[in-house]
Amino acid sequence: MQKKKMFWSTLAVMLIAAMALGACQTAVTPATEAPTSGETVAALPQGQELANAYAGQYKGTIVTMAGPFTDQDEVVFNDSIKSFEEKTGIDIQYTGSKEFEANINIRLDGGDRPDIVDYPQPGLLKYAVEKGYAIDMTTLINPDWIKTNYSQAWQDLATMTGPNGPITAGIWARANGKSFVFYPKKAFDEAGYKVPTTWQEMMDLTAQIASDGDTPWCIGIESGAATGWTMTDWIEDVMLRVNGPEAYDKWVAGELKFDSPEMNEVLDYIEAIWFNDAYVYGGRAAIPTINFGDAPKPMFENPPKCWFNRQGNFVTTFFPEEAVAGVDYSFFYLPGIKEEWGKPVLGAGDIYAVFHDRPEVRAVIQYFSTGESLKVWVEQGGAILTHNDASLDWYVDPVTRGVAETIRNATTFRFDGSDMMPGAVGAGTFWKYMTDYVSGSVTREEALKAIDASWPK
Amino acid sequence: MSVAQVKKPKPDGNNFSGNILAWFGTTLGQILVSILVPALTFLVLWQGYLFLQKANAPQIVQVLVAIIWGVGGVALLYLVTNWLVMKLPKRISKVLQPFVFVGPAVVIMGWFLAIPVLRSLIASFKNYLGTQWVGFDNYKFAFTDPRMLETFRNNLLWLIFGTAFSVGLGLLIATLADRTKAEVLYKSIIFTPMAISFVGAGVIWKFIYTYKGTGVGIQEIGLLNAIVTGLGGTPQPWLSLPPWNNFFLIIIMIWLQTGYAMVILSSAIKGVPSELLEAARIDGATEIKAFFSVIVPYIKGTLLTVTTTIVIFSLKTFDIVRVMTGGNNGTNVIANEFYLQSFTYTDAGKASAIAIVLLLLVTPVIVNNVRQYNQSRRGF
Repeated sequence: MQKKKMFWSTLAVMLIAAMALGACQTAVTPATEAPTSGETVAALPQGQELANAYAGQYKGTIVTMAGPFTDQDEVVFNDSIKSFEEKTGIDIQYTGSKEFEANINIRLDGGDRPDIVDYPQPGLLKYAVEKGYAIDMTTLINPDWIKTNYSQAWQDLATMTGPNGPITAGIWARANGKSFVFYPKKAFDEAGYKVPTTWQEMMDLTAQIASDGDTPWCIGIESGAATGWTMTDWIEDVMLRVNGPEAYDKWVAGELKFDSPEMNEVLDYIEAIWFNDAYVYGGRAAIPTINFGDAPKPMFENPPKCWFNRQGNFVTTFFPEEAVAGVDYSFFYLPGIKEEWGKPVLGAGDIYAVFHDRPEVRAVIQYFSTGESLKVWVEQGGAILTHNDASLDWYVDPVTRGVAETIRNATTFRFDGSDMMPGAVGAGTFWKYMTDYVSGSVTREEALKAIDASWPK
Repeated sequence: MSVAQVKKPKPDGNNFSGNILAWFGTTLGQILVSILVPALTFLVLWQGYLFLQKANAPQIVQVLVAIIWGVGGVALLYLVTNWLVMKLPKRISKVLQPFVFVGPAVVIMGWFLAIPVLRSLIASFKNYLGTQWVGFDNYKFAFTDPRMLETFRNNLLWLIFGTAFSVGLGLLIATLADRTKAEVLYKSIIFTPMAISFVGAGVIWKFIYTYKGTGVGIQEIGLLNAIVTGLGGTPQPWLSLPPWNNFFLIIIMIWLQTGYAMVILSSAIKGVPSELLEAARIDGATEIKAFFSVIVPYIKGTLLTVTTTIVIFSLKTFDIVRVMTGGNNGTNVIANEFYLQSFTYTDAGKASAIAIVLLLLVTPVIVNNVRQYNQSRRGF
């Protein structure tokens, strides 16, 4: 009898638990749906939902976000969205991950989709678009606003083909330019060197610095699992300068082979600097072992141990904190090689994609389509915006302003090719074989043939 | 419960609860209860699942519910199924009862092991998105692509040298330490690296192999290069010197695994009866002869188990390569190529094919290992 009693009490407890859980669950659901109704507010150019959000209609809702930036960048990003959160009461929960590239597709496939994702490269987003996860931006944001606030080049870069045809897969956030050579300005001026404006002048100066007993270039391509990307950036930059944008586009699309006269010419230019032990700090063999962020550091020693670091504008975050932009360091545009191709700029950027369509998510993404959303980041340094409504006055130091100006004034702007190639090449064999080629474990011909062979058919 | 059933409570008009219980004793009541109870259990578990899936409740509440739901759910499932089975005639319940205990384990194993393997197998015949069948294309890649051939070569190096040195050194140290007074000290020193994770070991050894290059005012900070320059040599970029860099990586595994081999083998050596050794010595065997003719055959079983375990380790090697070189400069291994294909190149097809190949490579070793284990334990 005792046993039977225990059984009934267990049953009773189960019942109560089921009811309690059921109650909890139903109590939670309506909370997210409640604010959709409400009085109508005049729409903003970005869309109706942003206006609703400012009217406080989505107060207490949560929008989840994932992206690759962590640490300091995450703090700055949270600072830049703080005022929006305060004004609207929407809580944007950002989670950064250093393993973002590896995790995001698993999260998408597993159904654990963040509302908004910040992609560091469009190649990754392509996967989400092909799988049909990404929501067309023109359904979330007023299409006219997208047209006004983003240049045609950026719009084209955001157009991708999903299962139901081409869509605007995302909107651009931050951009970076990569065609820059940073140098220690103070020492540079004291030594009487002149900023080179042509490739030949740059090579002459390189030879001069070497004959003065110094090492001209700081080059490092180590970057953990992504080792090699600095080399591929160099190749892309020189490709634009030697063969022009059309050949570049063909090459990115896989129509122009790696093992081609064009590419070999590009590598001739690069080898002239990279494989000359007198020109590179640490010599050729050290290049694959030096982290790209550590590479510019010898520039800031007194006297500088190396003088040039070709890198994207984001590298300034790796510079010593006490170094002052425009005084201790500055940059010059990596000079053109063949005159007919003008002044091309190589760049990259972050793109936002949306995976859940809820009113508050619309409000947030409409907000993100304004330059205002990242103003704080710009003012704190390290970000350059793709938005047309962002003012050049926001950039605090002359170096970033110069970079932003160079990007806007570029006769040709091309997106980082390795980010646009299929992942197996752009984030795989291109990096890998260029690293092996620099370290000397494979020959140039072997490397180029191997990359061609790895291109998905 | 069965006791309660035998002594069915007699219907008692004065006792209300007695009446109810009596009703439950009837066949119809029993059937109803048998259906109702599992249904209720299911309802509770399902509600818990829904709650966990959707809940916006504070994290602490969610965690508590998850724990109660998880642990309680297992207990509840067991209680209810056991109760149901016990209600059945004894003949049937006797047959069914083992499954109440084994069933959940089998289901969970199937869910977490068998189904994923099956899904990988299916994915390996599809394209990178898993949308089209591509036949054996991915396997063609796995067995002919130069990158894959490189990984096979390197895994073979890991297999041969990693295992041979780990087991060989482990055996040597175990034997020698067995005869010293400070055995515990020596063994502790050799065993300590076992406590370090592969990634941690990778970071430590990165400092040993660091190379800073040559040029004006450059100082080597790597231990190995410090030794080399101290002896008058020129510093080397150890990790980008194929094929030698593979051996520099394998040394790390040996450093980590020797301790494991040593501890297991040491206990086996201690199990060798001293009469046997004494008899061999009286018969005039030298120490070396006694070692190879008495000790080694005696511990053969343990030796095989240790070897196969380390063989599996070396086939699956990933962390060290990932941390140290990322598979660049000719050091790639199968597991790293699988990781790259899956997570960096998002090619589920090729990644699955590589995973299946790796599984096929490890399977014979595991089968052998289990068989060995069964033999030494008799009856599992």
